[in-house]
Amino acid sequence: MNKREVVFTVNGETRRVLVEPRRTLADTLREECGLTGTHLGCEHGVCGACTVLVDGQPTRSCLMFGVQAEGASIRTVEGLAAPDGTLNPLQRAFWENHGLQCGYCTPGFLMLATWLLERPTPLDEEELRHVLSSNLCRCTGYQNILAAVRAAARELDRWTESAPA
Amino acid sequence: MDGIGARLKRFEDPALLRGEGRFAADLDRPGQLHMRVVRSSIAHGLLRGVDASAALALPGVAAVWTERDVADIPRIGFRMMGLTHLEPYRQPILAQDRVRYVGEPVAVVFAEDPYLAEDAEELVLAEIEPLPVLLSATEAPRDFSATHGTEAAVLRKSYGDLDAAFAAAAHVVELELSVGRHSGVPLETRGALAYLDEEGVLRMLGAAKVPHANRLALARMLGLDPAQIHLHEGHVGGGFGIRGELYPEDALACLATLRLGRPVKWIEDRREHLMAANHSRQQTHRIRAAVDAVGFVLGADVEFFHDQGGYVRTHAVTVPDLAAAMLPGPYVFPAYRAVGHVRLTNKTPGGTYRAPGRYESSFVRERLMDAVAERLGRDPVEIRRINLIPREAMPFDRGIDTLGTPLVYDSGDYEKLLDKTLRHVGWEALQARLAERRARGERVGAGLALFVEKSGLGPFDDVRIELDRAGRATIATGAASVGQGVATALAQVGAEALGIPAANIRVIHGQTDAVSRGMGAFATRVTVMTGTAIAMAGEKLRQKLIAQVALLLQRPADRLELVGGVIRATDGSGASVAIGDAVAACLAETGGDALCEEASFESHHMTYPYGVHMAVARVDVETGGVVLERLMAGYDMGRAVNPMLVEGQIAGGLAQGLGGALLEEFRYDAEGQPLSITLADYLMPTANETPEIDVLLTEDAPSGIGLLGVKGAGEGGTTAVGAAIAAAVDAALGGRVFVSKLPISPAQLRRWMGDSA
Ligand code: FES
Ligand code: FES
Repeated sequence: MNKREVVFTVNGETRRVLVEPRRTLADTLREECGLTGTHLGCEHGVCGACTVLVDGQPTRSCLMFGVQAEGASIRTVEGLAAPDGTLNPLQRAFWENHGLQCGYCTPGFLMLATWLLERPTPLDEEELRHVLSSNLCRCTGYQNILAAVRAAARELDRWTESAPA
Repeated sequence: MDGIGARLKRFEDPALLRGEGRFAADLDRPGQLHMRVVRSSIAHGLLRGVDASAALALPGVAAVWTERDVADIPRIGFRMMGLTHLEPYRQPILAQDRVRYVGEPVAVVFAEDPYLAEDAEELVLAEIEPLPVLLSATEAPRDFSATHGTEAAVLRKSYGDLDAAFAAAAHVVELELSVGRHSGVPLETRGALAYLDEEGVLRMLGAAKVPHANRLALARMLGLDPAQIHLHEGHVGGGFGIRGELYPEDALACLATLRLGRPVKWIEDRREHLMAANHSRQQTHRIRAAVDAVGFVLGADVEFFHDQGGYVRTHAVTVPDLAAAMLPGPYVFPAYRAVGHVRLTNKTPGGTYRAPGRYESSFVRERLMDAVAERLGRDPVEIRRINLIPREAMPFDRGIDTLGTPLVYDSGDYEKLLDKTLRHVGWEALQARLAERRARGERVGAGLALFVEKSGLGPFDDVRIELDRAGRATIATGAASVGQGVATALAQVGAEALGIPAANIRVIHGQTDAVSRGMGAFATRVTVMTGTAIAMAGEKLRQKLIAQVALLLQRPADRLELVGGVIRATDGSGASVAIGDAVAACLAETGGDALCEEASFESHHMTYPYGVHMAVARVDVETGGVVLERLMAGYDMGRAVNPMLVEGQIAGGLAQGLGGALLEEFRYDAEGQPLSITLADYLMPTANETPEIDVLLTEDAPSGIGLLGVKGAGEGGTTAVGAAIAAAVDAALGGRVFVSKLPISPAQLRRWMGDSA
């Protein structure tokens, strides 16, 4: 099948790749860019394991074609830690709160939470649960994922304590 | 100190958090082909032929195989030996003559690119003549083949005088209960990458759970000397019992590598996973209990039907065997009889899923307790209390076997855990609050369920520890990891044994070329079995080092100890020697890079942790929807190596148990077409459905099996969740026992509410 050239940036770096128009963004990132941190759990838009940020928005990269990313600025899990590998506050909070077991869902949750924490409005419990419920984790029962994002939000001063029920 | 008991952060995490995991799909070999399986779209039928000509004509397609190409490959066997009566029910790696479920492999395509392999798959035409389908294990059995029926086995377990029990009964309580078909559904689908190394050894990456057993099984199937094949485990995206079993696809990828001479990569898609990887759980039980005037169960008689699906897979009858043996759980039940019918149907074959057999039979037993309480008009907690096995009766020999081991509860104080759990949740106050809310018209209630788990299945585990001159250790084990933090937990056991920081210990697992035999990670066995072997090898090293230092310091060995990385006098006097220097001193005589010790731990008994699950549920009468407000587990595991990891295991297990209780079900239409083939149809709990989870860990009954006192925690989050949620839903609706089936779907709940109105 004919391939097309696409240019976008990933984690600030310009990438120029040749892909079939039918190739998903997830596969484009994983195969053409070698960024295998973005995982595929369903390839039909339900699990959120493939979540990346496209122009600042959380996006299921299994539901988008690589060619649709022309000109986009993409962020993936590989861009979160410092170049020397030092974990950022969100990653550290996942580590400290045991927010992962097998780690397969983790990149998707990290990117979704990155978006949450970078929004201008501070986060509260209801919003946290609501947004994180768009991704699936089969190992943790979610408690520690929620705790991790809460902890990171507090550290980054993005957390609003909800009024007790 | 980061030995046993420390809430140590996992060594596994930083790489995973940076996106540097190496899961099966992340691996590649130069020149690899991509495998795609063509699957039956018919639930039962005669395979008349497969036309692959159009697929073969596609440029980039290297090969297409159909039944004849693999007719010489033996069917996939059972891990347990000597089950000849089940052999006719084994699955071939590609359907031979007949298809038995939708999703069964009928052909396989190898192509240069995964997208192309999918294109080719769509061009392969299987001609199948449909036959009538059998979709229920409670229906009368039919013919499986010319010589065998669909009832593959009938399991029987019994003890005590059941007739006397019923003769003496003041009440007889009867129930029919069923648990729906659901399974582990890890977030990573299955995958494999097979290739030949420079020496011509076949290697398969993407193994999990039982790499050593699968290596031998594959060697047998492919006609290889075991030395010619090795399996390797990378990162694994969740196991839960279903991943790492030997499936047709593993054998196909390995066979293709041998025959085509190129690496072969296979990554399953989610739709395939939901109709091809092991399903589990589906059972219907009919139970009758003889009960005395105060509510003590004198005897229980159960007949159950296990829906095995299209073939009997690697575990043979493990699930129904455990269901039958462990149904009595924490209660005395002086007389008991179970008859389990293992029946084949035209659905995806079944295997184990976290707490196999126990999730099902705990639902049955705990529903029975609730029904007894209802019949006698007594409190469900009190009824349970009078039936519990007392602490003084430990160890408690049930008088039956399971998985080839006698069922002997090694230790336990069930009533103490029940009391602690009730105190922890403030049961009385909680009940009062819920009663108040019910009085205001809310449909809300609490339920609890008790269970006994099992862990530490033998028969053996080997480890080798190497300690170098820098005081760093490498522990090679035959254990496997499926994402549960094995490297961290085992390093903690090593740290405890060797008196060095856990961070200085590297744990090797899941590599068949690192240790010659190994049992893997299943049945919640690793911390008990592998942990004990580590403690044993560590002790040998410790003694060697102390003996060496005793010579150096001219001190009696029994006055020396190894702590905090140094060997010194127990009274703290005099010089001390760093562990690395002690290693160097030992090696000065023998040479070599590291001091090495091996140990094997053998055990023919399992250990039995136990727990209490509690749920608070709210029912919306209009929609039939159930909202869980709270889930809680009290769990005694003797001793926790890393309580943070244990709590994580329990919380994850509770969520999976919740899924099976309220959401998850593999449904089929009348033709046997699977209806749950996307994650939008097969519903797993999200952060919305999963309530606040609270775990109370106790260490009141250390195990006498192994050196560490630990019991496992891999499955105890899941076991009785279904039962607890059922009880909570009953309580919300006024206390009558009517939840008789899991999952409790809104439609089902509305029907029950209609019936009881
Ligand atoms: S892989 Fe994209 S949503 Fe599941
Ligand atoms: S940690 Fe395994 S799926 Fe989330």
